[in-house]
Amino acid sequence: MVVSSIKSFGRYCTFMTQVFRIPEKWREFFKQLVFEINKLGVDSIPLVIIISIFIGAVICIQMTINIVSPMIPSYSTGLATREILLLEFSCTMMSLILAGKVGSNISSEIGTMRVTEQIDAMEIMGLNAASYIVLPKIVGFVLFVPVLCILSMFMGLLGGALVAQFTDMISMENYVFGIQSFFNEWYIWYAIIKTLFFAFIITSVAAYYGFYVKGGSLEVGQASTRAVVSSSILILLADVVLTKLLLQ
Amino acid sequence: MIEAKNVSKWFDGQRILYDINATFDTGKTNLIIGQSGSGKTVFMKCLIGLLTPEEGEILYDGRRFRDLDTEQKRQLRTEIGMLFQGSALFDNETVLGNVMFPLKLFSPLSREEQLERAHFCIKRVGLENADDKYPSEISGGMQKRVAIARAIALNPKYLFCDEPNSGLDPRTSILIDELLSDITHEYGMTTIINTHDMNSVLGIGEHIVFINKGHCDWTGNDKTIFRSKSESLNDFVFASKLFQEVKNYLEREYEDKSRSL
Repeated sequence: MVVSSIKSFGRYCTFMTQVFRIPEKWREFFKQLVFEINKLGVDSIPLVIIISIFIGAVICIQMTINIVSPMIPSYSTGLATREILLLEFSCTMMSLILAGKVGSNISSEIGTMRVTEQIDAMEIMGLNAASYIVLPKIVGFVLFVPVLCILSMFMGLLGGALVAQFTDMISMENYVFGIQSFFNEWYIWYAIIKTLFFAFIITSVAAYYGFYVKGGSLEVGQASTRAVVSSSILILLADVVLTKLLLQ
Repeated sequence: MIEAKNVSKWFDGQRILYDINATFDTGKTNLIIGQSGSGKTVFMKCLIGLLTPEEGEILYDGRRFRDLDTEQKRQLRTEIGMLFQGSALFDNETVLGNVMFPLKLFSPLSREEQLERAHFCIKRVGLENADDKYPSEISGGMQKRVAIARAIALNPKYLFCDEPNSGLDPRTSILIDELLSDITHEYGMTTIINTHDMNSVLGIGEHIVFINKGHCDWTGNDKTIFRSKSESLNDFVFASKLFQEVKNYLEREYEDKSRSL
């Protein structure tokens, strides 16, 4: 188990040294980059919006129900909702969700290319297939993920606002006052920095599992599952380390 | 010309290839034949450089593949075209996109010249009016043609084909064989075709290397293959019921003639 993990890590590092090479032609790289930003990033916007609104609403409801003490000011609901969204949901939870969507997409796409010999075809042409296929995915998603993170924050807060608007659990004034209270700008940067690391983990781990698939469609599916599980665990590990480093 | 000298290959301690020596001539369709699992695909992958043989060497027109540095290998690979068994077309590219792919990355030509070259290759394989179609929208035979067009786009010196007829009907197989033969002679390429299709052997087998259980058991051509004394080759050739019946018929004829004399 330990030996195989070390071997996998070594192979992952070797793979990354192949990926991070100067592209064959910059024009082709930028074309691929725009394509990947669109496919991995822009296409994830609807999912991020839907999940963030609902989770934002649920957090707001939970906070309202659980913070029932005359000692705690009523605007605490908005404040707690904001802190939860900014500190954990919009970066870590959203990354875990995107690991499922984006990670499985990347892994299955590259895995299929491997088993249908498309990667061999590229390598025979003299192309660095790892760099050509994977680099635009990593760069594209890392570049776009802050947009998703910020969008998630706004949509989560909007979800809470919808609860305030359409229920009598909390007034809109209290909610808005709450989300503006004791605001720490660093939390935004903290979330974005964490998301950048998570985006790298999601794309590179998924690409690694897809690139080294052996066999057929069954193995592609297995690689996709392994990619999502591994990147989720790595995201949680990185979350602990980054939280300690960035918030202490 | 491509030469293989004493090529041996092991996988997980199991020997797959045993000291294979073979020469593949320029301007000829060279065939590697053998049963499934005989090691011919492994041998071809060693020739291309996708696998590294543990022993022996591969020479491309005298250039020892093992001794080439990364840049020289990259340069050599631009001189190689490859037709894969499953065509290996890029799913997200159209027919034109697939043929343009190597040109965009490795050709010094302008965009217009690249398009002109791609259209020429597509026309050469007889695939007009399919530029905008995706691989999933065309038949297996058409996919092979696109793969051939892509393989010849950079005007390669060496063309490798891994079972180009697999999954095709006999008529389309013959068309693909003829196309490969024509292209080889037209451009003076060194073409190596990995196959177990006897139609191809008899149709375009200008030089044939027979691999059996990892050994090179016989070399010759389509004219000499039926006169071979190699037992393993005869087992392979006459495994087909049609060939077996022809062989039996000829033997009966020969015996009848012998008796009458």
